[in-house]
Amino acid sequence: MASLIPDIVEDALVAVPEVPGRRRRPRLRLWRAVVLFLAGAYFLIPIYAGLRFSFENDAGHLSLYAVKAIPSEPGFSAAFWLSMRLAVVTLALTLVLMVPTSVYVHLKLPRLRRLLDFVTILPIVIPPIVLILGVLRAAPLWLRASPYLLSLVYVILSMPFVYRSLDAGLSAIDLKTLVEASRSLGGNWLNTLWRVVVPNLRSALLSATVLTLALVLGEFTMASLDLWTTLPVWIYQFQQVDAHVSTAVSMVSLIGTWLLITLIVSLDRSQSRRTRRRTNNS
Amino acid sequence: MTELVDATRTTGAAPAGARVSLEGLVRTYGTTRALDGFSLAIEPGEFVALLGPSGCGKTTALRVLAGFERLDSGRVTVDGRDVSKISAQHRDMGMVFQSYSLFPNMNALNNVAFGLRMRRQHATQRRQKAGELLELVGLSDQASKYPHQMSGGQQQRIALARALAIEPRVLLLDEPLSALDAKVRAELRDQIRQLQQRLAITTVFVTHDQEEALSMADRVCVMSAGRAEQTATPAALYSRPTTSFVAEFVGVSSRVPVEPVDGSVVLFGERCRIRASDTGLPNGPLDALLRPEDVAITLDETAKPFVTHKSFLGATTRVIAQVDGVAVRVDVRSDVAADIELGARVRVSVVSRDVLVAERSVTNPVSPQ
Repeated sequence: MASLIPDIVEDALVAVPEVPGRRRRPRLRLWRAVVLFLAGAYFLIPIYAGLRFSFENDAGHLSLYAVKAIPSEPGFSAAFWLSMRLAVVTLALTLVLMVPTSVYVHLKLPRLRRLLDFVTILPIVIPPIVLILGVLRAAPLWLRASPYLLSLVYVILSMPFVYRSLDAGLSAIDLKTLVEASRSLGGNWLNTLWRVVVPNLRSALLSATVLTLALVLGEFTMASLDLWTTLPVWIYQFQQVDAHVSTAVSMVSLIGTWLLITLIVSLDRSQSRRTRRRTNNS
Repeated sequence: MTELVDATRTTGAAPAGARVSLEGLVRTYGTTRALDGFSLAIEPGEFVALLGPSGCGKTTALRVLAGFERLDSGRVTVDGRDVSKISAQHRDMGMVFQSYSLFPNMNALNNVAFGLRMRRQHATQRRQKAGELLELVGLSDQASKYPHQMSGGQQQRIALARALAIEPRVLLLDEPLSALDAKVRAELRDQIRQLQQRLAITTVFVTHDQEEALSMADRVCVMSAGRAEQTATPAALYSRPTTSFVAEFVGVSSRVPVEPVDGSVVLFGERCRIRASDTGLPNGPLDALLRPEDVAITLDETAKPFVTHKSFLGATTRVIAQVDGVAVRVDVRSDVAADIELGARVRVSVVSRDVLVAERSVTNPVSPQ
């Protein structure tokens, strides 16, 4: 038997070039590389152009003036902090509203999942301009005077992404058994939600958070129609004053959002690693 | 639980469990009656198994007892107190589920301590108690492991420790062994029974596995169509089934057509008494229900019956003999069965002269069981 094994291995190795599919491999690899290159170029060329424009002065020379000027430009700080506040409020409202709702539907009204699927997709189907005009017409005056009306609208806009993330997360765990186990051990609904359900939805919540933040920090139409100068609105308006600074802000905003998302994801990973290490050491 | 565990270790004394009574439970899902007037009384410290085929209502009955299902009518009492309207959270019943139910975000120790945390016990106290419970189920060394790092058997033992940690008045086991492999299942079965006896906790165990029910429970309640068919000790259930359903569901029975003559029947040429049944003597044609050990065979070249199947079961071999077109299962000592060839002519006789009869069934499948 021992002498047979090398023969089999040798035969297998010899047979490799004879497999028809294998001969096509180099061509396939080349095709993949072309697709990758084209897709990469599609995404990276605009970013490269934006970065290059951000680091140029009016004379077309390399310069840091646009980046250095960002913090001192009129209205930037207010727009930046408004966007941040809206992001935090929207995220909090979205999670407080959507987590218990999704859990309740999964547990008690599973037949409503299809309906909820349909309802949560409506914000994508309805054009933002229609949505915000309707909201502005229906909202009371005191709410129209507040920027947080935008947060309420953003909650609706983020629903398709948040609900789908949570739905996938809840489908991945044995929710009914976990909830019943907690209840039989004396856990009330709040404890069960906070100590049992939410910790097991970490990935889903993370994805919902990232998607909501990205949506809020990049939304333009509704903020401009509601006459609030959020960061994207400020970028658009400042383009009339200094296009280099405006482009630099959009680049910083893009990189900032990436960094924020990377930070959230890496925090989650490091927590998972710590858990693993703690367990392995024990 | 500290006191409870210590007491049982040192003196063997055990606190009395709760008396549980399920009275006329009815639970309907649409047009299906999952429970149809189900009643059962459980004595303090007793281990009762609910046994039955899929859809017989055994899990619904357990879930009603736990407080996870509402009742259409009937009531559940624990020590005489009606708990039908009390939520699961306040019923003080520990439950071990069929699927692995440990909280994935908590290690074994925190899983066991969860119920104590919900009861606002001090952190030091609950860690100590949880540690003792882990010791009780023999998993002290797994305290810091997370559920995904443990085997199925270990997870169910932790789930058992978690359910016991809250000092439940009643322990509910919903097919906790069904997801485990045969060896682990047998070990855990013994461990659950030993712990239950040691702690004297009133326990209700749901299973569709008759071997589990018969080997673990003080009494077994066989359920069918949302009702209790018979509730008795395992020995009584096996040897004196009161309905044809129980006779066929528990153990193995062969149906042999017979004709009644003055309160008795003639079986393989011998006159046998008809055993009293809860449902009385059915009208019309009858079948005798025979256990494999109630029948004997001997080789006889002149006899008509012949052997169609043989299944080796260890000490015994199950032989199926064809008697006038009817399959009769017979348990024969394996050394004796070695001499019986397939197709061999055999003489069939009854060992017990006391037989249970049921309304004649249309089919009598010949299967090697």
